[in-house]
Amino acid sequence: METTAPTAPTLNYLNNGYGLKSWLLTKDHKRIALLYLWSITAFFFLGGFFALMIRIELLTPASDFVQPDTYNKLFTMHGVVMVFFFLIPSIPAVLGNFLVPIMVGAKDLAFPRINLLSWYIYVLGGLFTIVAAVTGGVDTGWTFYAPYSTSASNSHVILAGVGIFITGFSSILTGLNFIVTVHRMRAPGLTWFRLPLFVWAMYATSLIMILGTPVIAITVLLVAVERGLHLGIFDPALGGDPILFQHLFWFYSHPAVYIMILPAMGVVSELVQTFSRKNIFGYSFVAFSSLAIAVIGFLVWGHHLFVSGQSTYAGLMFSLISFFVAIPSAVKVFNWTATLYKGSISWDSPMLYAFGFIGLFTIGGLTGLFLATLGMDIHLHDTYFIIAHFHYVMVGGAIMGYLGGLHYWWPKITGRMYPEGWAKFAALNIFVGFNLTFFPQFIVGYLGMPRRYAMYAPEFQIYNVLSTAGATILGAGYLIPMIYFTWSLKGAAIAGDNPWGARGLEWEIPSPPPTENFPASPIVTENTHQYAPSREVGIV
Amino acid sequence: MSGHVAPKTMYYFVFAALIVGTGLTVLVAFFDLGVFNNILMLSIACAKALLVILFFMHVRWSSRLTWLVVASGFFWLIILFGITMTDYLTRGMVPGTPR
Amino acid sequence: MSDAPPRYHPPPVAIHPEGHAPTPHHPWLQHHFDSMEQQAEASTLGMWVFLVTEIMFFGGLFMAYLVYRHQSPMGFQEASHHLNIYWGAANTAILIVSSLTMALAVRAAQTSQPAKVQVRWLLATIFFGLCFLGIKAIEYTDKFRDHIVPGAHFQWEGLYPKPAEQFYSLYFAMTGLHALHMIIGIGIMAVIAFLASRKTFDSDYYTPVEVAGLYWHFVDIVWIYLFPLLYLIGRHYTPGGH
Repeated sequence: METTAPTAPTLNYLNNGYGLKSWLLTKDHKRIALLYLWSITAFFFLGGFFALMIRIELLTPASDFVQPDTYNKLFTMHGVVMVFFFLIPSIPAVLGNFLVPIMVGAKDLAFPRINLLSWYIYVLGGLFTIVAAVTGGVDTGWTFYAPYSTSASNSHVILAGVGIFITGFSSILTGLNFIVTVHRMRAPGLTWFRLPLFVWAMYATSLIMILGTPVIAITVLLVAVERGLHLGIFDPALGGDPILFQHLFWFYSHPAVYIMILPAMGVVSELVQTFSRKNIFGYSFVAFSSLAIAVIGFLVWGHHLFVSGQSTYAGLMFSLISFFVAIPSAVKVFNWTATLYKGSISWDSPMLYAFGFIGLFTIGGLTGLFLATLGMDIHLHDTYFIIAHFHYVMVGGAIMGYLGGLHYWWPKITGRMYPEGWAKFAALNIFVGFNLTFFPQFIVGYLGMPRRYAMYAPEFQIYNVLSTAGATILGAGYLIPMIYFTWSLKGAAIAGDNPWGARGLEWEIPSPPPTENFPASPIVTENTHQYAPSREVGIV
Repeated sequence: MSGHVAPKTMYYFVFAALIVGTGLTVLVAFFDLGVFNNILMLSIACAKALLVILFFMHVRWSSRLTWLVVASGFFWLIILFGITMTDYLTRGMVPGTPR
Repeated sequence: MSDAPPRYHPPPVAIHPEGHAPTPHHPWLQHHFDSMEQQAEASTLGMWVFLVTEIMFFGGLFMAYLVYRHQSPMGFQEASHHLNIYWGAANTAILIVSSLTMALAVRAAQTSQPAKVQVRWLLATIFFGLCFLGIKAIEYTDKFRDHIVPGAHFQWEGLYPKPAEQFYSLYFAMTGLHALHMIIGIGIMAVIAFLASRKTFDSDYYTPVEVAGLYWHFVDIVWIYLFPLLYLIGRHYTPGGH
């Protein structure tokens, strides 16, 4: 709509105060989001480094690159770093922190100082984990099952456990902040059903953070106590029950995977609307499906315990309910597809990530049903099929959603437009690399290759070689946005308030936004995402 | 800002009820009533907790949202307890599976 | 042209062009809130959400208790029998009194009572909290003396040594975590009492007192469940009988 080149606003949150103190003591949710962006990116590449080591070892059937003990540490640290320090915080802490106050029309989150505290807590927990990694690592697997973790392992379990415990509080405080903000700080006229779907997704995610994280906190505390004081809580040799550990661990860790995917689904809901220039099909269904996933996700954890010694009837029940949890996810996929139908689709890079998400999440989710089937899981448990399944949803799903959101809102966050050609190239690179890495793992897992083994039968080698080749391409693909995003901060074109022509409160304010977001509280009179004329005003 | 102001006597009544409840639960513990020991003990504890929540914590006069938050917390606890116990209580029911 | 999707409509929201003129407001109103009422509602909701996380945190320990008591009901009763029910009951009463004094402190602030009245109730709450911790210290020392602290030096002369050790592991974990929360609570009360002494709280602004009170009452509620589950289940236990 503008005929002159856009200019950046003179005073915005980025230049409102310079110096380390103005960043490290900031209360501005947008600056805190950037603090998280840098630390989360650092952890992503740390976890990626461990992944690279794993894939190099798996090029050959023998354990020749690293010893098996070291290999155990590699996959453990890869899992711990990626799950607790990248996937769980990523979208909520970066995009959620930045956007939720703006999307509800507020000046900041409900508790800005607690927001800053949550970042410091995250960094502190991360430091503990890094120290554990460099002083020898942990070899229990990211799931640190007892009694190995409590009694037999010789690695730095307590140190890493403390790191995870501390970081859990960061998650809790973020969720708390979002819940109170959405309930109590919406602008006048902004009813629940006028909220962007991204906010619904963040709200549902926050519910899971609040209700689930404390349980893993107490579990890791008990592991540390048992390990330190030789008590018999989980170790059967001391009279404990190892299955109790698994119940407590997975009560959080299954809903945790919904913490990882729901925000990405929220991003995709936004992208699909903007880049097909249509209102979402079935807004309330998509909104409620986020809540349904959050709630039902708490009822299915026993599907991780099918072969553990859990009772058969409990297994049956968990299997049945696990099928139900797929339904709200399917509702979303159907509604996104219906939104695309007869939309005016543009193939900008964020949309490429959205398409990638929809396809890859569908594959990952459907393979989850294989695993939810009690009989099949007996065969597939602890094989590469599981690994392929969760990487499809977590990498093909969650990370694609994160990257899509990062690209979509990058002009808003920085005021700069990244180079679109390179972004498209990177997206395709990531898509190809990802599928080459993880699709062979479905096959080799189904054929029986177990997970967490440095050595494997020689007939599996071809699949592993393909997978490592894919991982190399994927890793290169992730580096490309790092480069052009960094370059764009100074070298790229200025973005203007609304480079995508999108709807939403965040696109009504300058890019980058001023510190207080809005000069005065906006008054909302209809759904903030209206691409089609609303029925009340008649056909345009 | 406003908030419901309860008369002091209300607090003293609730306090008295809590003390009586404590005495009652201690007394009941000395008798062997079989399964009712547990039932009575937990019922009295729940009643005491409810008194504290409704009156000392002002939930009686709080918004529906507050009530919902409190209820969800306890409900989620029931989910944790209930579903986990379905495992332990049904062990060994299928022949050949672990007890 | 008529087939083309509609152009970007004017924003559906009105962003008032005039800036935010500084209006006089309460000194304790934080700037991202529009009113004291909104701030108070947000703070109380925030504390309630935090208490839900505390419910789930303690809940994990209660889950362990449930499983192990289900597995060894007699062993748990025998172990519980060894606890001193009178200390436990006294502590329960002490915490209930402290909840009363806390609730009256909140009410004092809510009704703009003089600062020294507010402080008096808060100090009373702290006093009873310290009494509680004192009794717990006595109980813990007794356990050390009787060698029923789980770990290397645990010695149990009764019939069910393994369940007894599990029971006492849970006893120390649950009451220890509870005591830690009490200590933090006393620290919070000290800060609130200090602020109250500087005439900070009145009917316009007493949210910190209320929110601290919510925390304190929650810690009381945890004990309301801990006391019967730990101290009362073995009251009529006789060895070899039921």
